[in-house]
Amino acid sequence: MFRKSWWKILSFFLLLYTFIAGFLGKVPAKPILNETIRNLYFHVAMWFGMMIFFIVSVIYSLKYLRHNRTSDDIYAVEFARTGIVFGLLGLITGSVWARYTWGDFWSNDPKQLGAAIALMIYLAYFVLRNSLTDIDKSARISAVYNVFAFAMLFPTIWIIPRLVESLHPGGMGNPALDTKDIDSRMRLVFWFGAIPGWTLLGVWISTLRIRIQLFSLKHELHG
Amino acid sequence: MYRGFRLILALIKKDVLLEFRQQYSFYGVLLYVASTIFVLYLAMGQPENMIWNGLFWMMQLFICVNAIAKTFLQEGKGRQLYFYSICSPVHFILARMIFNAVLMLVMNLISLTLFILLLGYPLAHPLLFLGISCFGACSISLVFSFLAAIAARAQQNAALMAILGFPLIIPQLMLLMRLSTLAFSDVFQSGLLSIVLLLSSFDVMILVLSVILFPFLWKD
Repeated sequence: MFRKSWWKILSFFLLLYTFIAGFLGKVPAKPILNETIRNLYFHVAMWFGMMIFFIVSVIYSLKYLRHNRTSDDIYAVEFARTGIVFGLLGLITGSVWARYTWGDFWSNDPKQLGAAIALMIYLAYFVLRNSLTDIDKSARISAVYNVFAFAMLFPTIWIIPRLVESLHPGGMGNPALDTKDIDSRMRLVFWFGAIPGWTLLGVWISTLRIRIQLFSLKHELHG
Repeated sequence: MYRGFRLILALIKKDVLLEFRQQYSFYGVLLYVASTIFVLYLAMGQPENMIWNGLFWMMQLFICVNAIAKTFLQEGKGRQLYFYSICSPVHFILARMIFNAVLMLVMNLISLTLFILLLGYPLAHPLLFLGISCFGACSISLVFSFLAAIAARAQQNAALMAILGFPLIIPQLMLLMRLSTLAFSDVFQSGLLSIVLLLSSFDVMILVLSVILFPFLWKD
């Protein structure tokens, strides 16, 4: 599956479609948001991508804890790495969006804070990995921490911002991404262009890194 | 089940005895508490409500990191192997968490007294604040207990525990600070019950995760 090109070419075309339709397509005109709603394809897609990669990463961590295969650990690390990159991009695109709609790059909004905290928790995951020298020990302990960090994602990003007042849609208990809310043209670009495109791109990046790591691991073990 | 309880109690008793015999670690943390609060007093004088609140919770955080780092990291490798042979990891981690929670409670009471003595008394509802601070101290100690278990495997690095711990504890600290603002004035705070429920569910989640994940850390 790693070597096949069809899904990589697909990801390229989906992203091309996202960019073209995203910038040239029609969007509903809402007060305050105006044209910035186009950021939905980038900012929200980044967060979706991050969640998907963190879910994949924790699944591989759990698999490592069950079967103790080094390849599972490599998968977990690389997907977490890509997840962090997407998360950082999500934070940046969100700040740019905030500058034009809320007035400031950073407004101490609960969801912004929660997202920054979640990213810091995952960065600590990498600090932990680097501090352990023995491969097996580092894999096992970081797998344990990965599960813990993933569990902390939910309160920090999803639950607390929903409960408190927030500038983000979704504060004070209303659901944020309701299927009936999104405009039908945007829905097409978002669900069939942006999300699969960015996700496949992230998978492509992760699998490239995984292949390199697996190759260097094989090289180390067999000379 | 009964044997499990007896095992846990025995482990807690062992920890308490250790604290009483090697008194230097307990007094060490006590000295840390006293001197930091004194430094705070010298720096801030007698601050007003919200600053008092913020300083108090920051103090709890640092006290917790120090107190728990000491309990986990003063055990040698050989002793871990001994425990491995006599009890199951679940008993060990539960005993550790209970002991750390009690230790943190004691430290919490002491630091609260010192805070009131040195930094002034802005509390409108002292009993409420006492309850909230005890609850908060236990919650913080649960997270750091588990992190200390992780850090103890990583070459016994105390700094690592702090690095791992600070991002993880931020959501709980924010909720606790919001909750404790109640005790300062009679302002009605909506969503209060949901904060308490959220904090309790946090604690339950951390407890469950620790019990499930600690056995993987245990085998070394």
